[in-house]
Amino acid sequence: MTALVAFWRKYRRNRAAVAGLAMLVVVLLAAIFGPLVYPTDPFDMVGRPSSPPSARFVLGTDVSGRDMLAGLLHGARVSLMIGILASLGATLFGLIVGAIAGYYGRAVDTILMRCTDFFLTIPSFILAIVIIAIFRPSVATVTLAIAAVSWPQVARLARAEFIAHRDREYVLACRALGMSDFEIITRQILPNALPSLLVVSSLLVATSILTESGLSFLGLSDPNVISWGYMVGVGRTVLRVAWWMPAIPGIAILLTVLCINLVGEGLNEALNPRLQRR
Amino acid sequence: MMPAKLWFVLRRVLQVIPVVLAIAALNFLLLHLAPGDAADIIAAQSGGATPEFVAELRRSFGLDRPLYQQFLFYIARLMTFDLGWSNVQQRPVFDLIADRVPATLLLMMTGISLALLFGTLLGILAAMRHRDRIDAVVSVLALLAYATPQFWLGLMLIVLFSITLGVLPSGGMMTIGPDMSAGARTLDVARHLLLPTLTLGLFYMAIYARLMRSAMLEVYTQEFITTARAKGLSEARVGLVHAASNALLPVVTLAGVQIGHLLGGSVLVETVFGWPGLGRLVFDALLQRDLNLLLGILFVSSVLVVLINLAVDLLYGFLDPRIVHK
Amino acid sequence: MSALLQVEGLSVRFPTTRGDVAALEDFSFEMREGETVALVGESGSGKSTAALALSRLIPESTGRVISGRVMFEGRDLLALPVHDLREVRGRRIGMIFQDPMMALNPVFTIGWQLAEPLRQHFGLSQRAARDRAVELLGQVAIPAPEQRIDQYPHNLSGGMRQRVMIAMALACRPSLLIADEPTTALDVTVQAQVLSLIKTLKDELGTAVLLITHDLAVVWEIAQRVIVMYAGRKVEEGTAADVFDDPQHPYARELLRAAAFASGGDGRLPEIPGTVPSPFDMPPGCRFAPRCASAREICRAVLPPLKSSAPGHAAACVLVGSAVP
Repeated sequence: MTALVAFWRKYRRNRAAVAGLAMLVVVLLAAIFGPLVYPTDPFDMVGRPSSPPSARFVLGTDVSGRDMLAGLLHGARVSLMIGILASLGATLFGLIVGAIAGYYGRAVDTILMRCTDFFLTIPSFILAIVIIAIFRPSVATVTLAIAAVSWPQVARLARAEFIAHRDREYVLACRALGMSDFEIITRQILPNALPSLLVVSSLLVATSILTESGLSFLGLSDPNVISWGYMVGVGRTVLRVAWWMPAIPGIAILLTVLCINLVGEGLNEALNPRLQRR
Repeated sequence: MMPAKLWFVLRRVLQVIPVVLAIAALNFLLLHLAPGDAADIIAAQSGGATPEFVAELRRSFGLDRPLYQQFLFYIARLMTFDLGWSNVQQRPVFDLIADRVPATLLLMMTGISLALLFGTLLGILAAMRHRDRIDAVVSVLALLAYATPQFWLGLMLIVLFSITLGVLPSGGMMTIGPDMSAGARTLDVARHLLLPTLTLGLFYMAIYARLMRSAMLEVYTQEFITTARAKGLSEARVGLVHAASNALLPVVTLAGVQIGHLLGGSVLVETVFGWPGLGRLVFDALLQRDLNLLLGILFVSSVLVVLINLAVDLLYGFLDPRIVHK
Repeated sequence: MSALLQVEGLSVRFPTTRGDVAALEDFSFEMREGETVALVGESGSGKSTAALALSRLIPESTGRVISGRVMFEGRDLLALPVHDLREVRGRRIGMIFQDPMMALNPVFTIGWQLAEPLRQHFGLSQRAARDRAVELLGQVAIPAPEQRIDQYPHNLSGGMRQRVMIAMALACRPSLLIADEPTTALDVTVQAQVLSLIKTLKDELGTAVLLITHDLAVVWEIAQRVIVMYAGRKVEEGTAADVFDDPQHPYARELLRAAAFASGGDGRLPEIPGTVPSPFDMPPGCRFAPRCASAREICRAVLPPLKSSAPGHAAACVLVGSAVP
C-alpha cells in the first residue's frame, strides 16, 4: 500500500499529469455511463439533418439527422475499447517476442529482431488498411489490425529491458539456484521491466485511438458501431456549411489523446526517475 | 583493401535485397488470405460463370499450381514491375501507382523537411531558454500538436484558410485551367502544397521539437560543453554549434525511422486535400474494393521506405564519423 | 610582484532536493605569475568546485557563488559583465579537464576544435588558424600533426587526447592554466608524459598553473605551493617542501602517511578512521574533528582560523605551533 502512496506522491508532482488524469476520468465516466444516462441510439434519425447545437440537441444533428451527443458518447466507448484492447494485445505479443529475444540472445535474438525490424519497415497504417480491407471491417478486425502493426515497438523496448537485466547479478544468482528460465523471465526480470512497459503501453492506447479514428475516417470502421473518426468523415461532406459537425468529434479525439499522453508521461516521470539536474 | 566507407555502402545496399523479398512474401500471403481469387473476381464481374469456366480461368492464371510455384511466378512478375491488373480501373497497377508516386514524394519530402527544420529550431530554442516561458509554451504547443488527429487538422485548416479567409486552395495539386509559365506553375503548386504540408508535418514537428529539446538538455550535461564555455565562446555558439550538432543525431535518426509512419499519414492528408498521390490512391482503392491495387501500393510503399531508409543510413554514416568505423 | 590571481572568501552553494549544500566555504588564496599551485583533497573537498567557480563555469542550475571575489589581473571575474568574462576565458585563462574523451566534442575534428579559440579570440582566418593548430599539435609532441588535425577525438589515444586539450588550453597563451585532474583518467605510463609536458610548456610560456588533484605524487612532481582542502574548506597551505616535510594539519599528516605507504612504507595500510562528513550534516566546529586523534573540545565547537607556523606556511588547526606529533 505504501508503494502506491509513494508512487502517487511522485506522480502528483507533475501538475499536467494530474490534470490529464482528471480529464481521463471524465472521459472514462462519459464512456461507461454516458450511453446509460443518455440512451438515444446514435444511429436513429431523431431530428432535422444538419441542425446546429440547440436546446434539444446539445451538439446538434449530423447529415442524416442523428444525435451528435449520442454519437459522441457511444463513440467514446468504441474508441476507448479498441484503443485499450489493441494496446493490450500489442503489449502482450511484443513483450513475449522481446523477452525471448532479449533473454536468449544470439540466433533467437537475431531472427526475432529481423522479423520485428521488418514489420517496422512496412508502413503500419497502410498495412492496417490492407488487413481490415481483406477481413472486412469490424471491431475485432480493427483491434487486431492495430495490434498487429503496433507490437514491434513494444518488442524493441522489452528486448532492451531484458538485455539490460539478463546479465545482472540477481539473475545469475537465480540461475545458480536452479530456477527455470521461464521463472526467471516472468518472476524476476519482468517486474523490473514493468514500469517502462506500462508507460509504453499507455502511450500506445493514445496512438491506437488516433489510428482507429483515422481508419474509421476512411470508412474502415465496424458498420454496426459509431466511431468518432466516422463522425468526422461524415461531417466532411458538409464542411462548408456545418463545420462544427466534423469539428466536435475531432475535438473529442484530441482531448482524449491529449489526456492519455499526459497520464503516460506522468507515469514515466513517476516510475522511471531520471538523474535530473534541477 | 576497400576503403571503410565503400565497404560500408556496399554492405548496406546488399542488405536491402532480403528485405524486399520478405515484403513480396508478405504481400503474397495477404493476397492469398483474401477470400476468393482472381478467377472468382473475373467470374463475378462477367455476371456469373459455370464452375468449369472458373476452373479454366484458374488454370490460365496458374492458380491451381502449388503455392511455392505461384510465389516464384509472383517474384518473377515483380522483377518485371508487373504488379497485377486493376480490374476496376482497367489499367496495370504499376502504371496507376507510378503516376502517383511523385506527388506523394513531393508532399512527404516537404513535410518532413518542414517538420525537421522547425521542429529542431523550436527544440533548440526551448532547450536554450530552459525554464523560461518560451520553454513552457513550446512544450504545451508540442503536446497539443502531438494529440491532434491529422485528418481533423486538415479539415479545420481548410475551414479557416480556404472557406473563411479564402486565401488558400482547399484541395488538389494545381489549378486546372490555362497554361501557366513554369514560374507561375511552381507558385501555384506551392500554394496548393502549403496546407497539406502543414497538416502532415505538424505532428512530426512536435515530436522532433520535444526530442531535440530533451537531447539538447542531455548534451548540456556533457563535459565538452564546459570546455566550450571555458574557451570563451558565446552561449549562443555553445548551444547552436556544440550542443545542437550532437543533439541532432537522435532526431535525424528518428526522422529516418518514421518515413513509414509518414507514408501512412499521407493517406489521410491526401484524402482530405484531394492531393493526387499514393495516399489518395489508397482511399480510391478502398472505395472501389480494388484489392490488387491496395496490395500493389503496400508493396511499393514498403519498398520506398526501405530505399529511403537506405539513403538515410548512408547519409548518417557520413554525418557521424563514428558509425562507419563500427 | 603583484598577484596574478587573488581569491577572497569564495563560497559556493549547491541547491539540492534536501536543502542547500555548501560545496566551498570561505576559500581564499593567491597566486603569482608563473607560479604552480596544487589544490589537493579527496572528492567532495571542494577543489573542483573552486576551479570551476573561478571563471564562473558552474551552471546556474547546479550551483551559485554566494560570496567572494576573484581578482584576476586586477579585475573581479565574479563581477565582470559576461561579454568581458568571455574574453578572459580561453584567452587569459585556459582550462583542461579530467577525461579528454568526454571533454572534447565527438563530432568535430580536433583541428577544428583547436582552431576555435584562435578564431574566436584572435580573429584568425580558417587557413591561418589551421596552420597554427598544426604548429600547436607539434608543440605538444603529437606525431604527424598534419594527418592528426583532421581526425576525430575517438581516433586518438587517451594520452594524445589530453595533449590536444593542453594545446587547446594554451593556444592563446593564457597567463593561467587551470588543470582539473589532468592525469587521473590516464594510464600510469602516460601520466608521467603528460605531466612532464605540462611542466615543459609552463616553463617555456611562463604560465601559472593551478593544478587540481588528489594524487600527492603528482603534486610532488610539479607544484611549488600546495593547498590542502577538506570538506569544502582550506585546511593547510604552504610550499610543497614545507607541507610534505612538516605537515601541520592532522588531516594533511594522515594524507602523507597514506601516500608514504603507497611508495613503500611500513607494510600496513594506514587508515584514517571515520568518513568525510555529509554535506547536509556538517559539524559546527572543525570539519575534521570527528576523525581527529588530537581533537579538543574547542575543535568541535568553533571553526579554527588559519594559523601560521612559519612564513608562508599556515594551517587551520588550533594545534599549529605547539609541539604535538
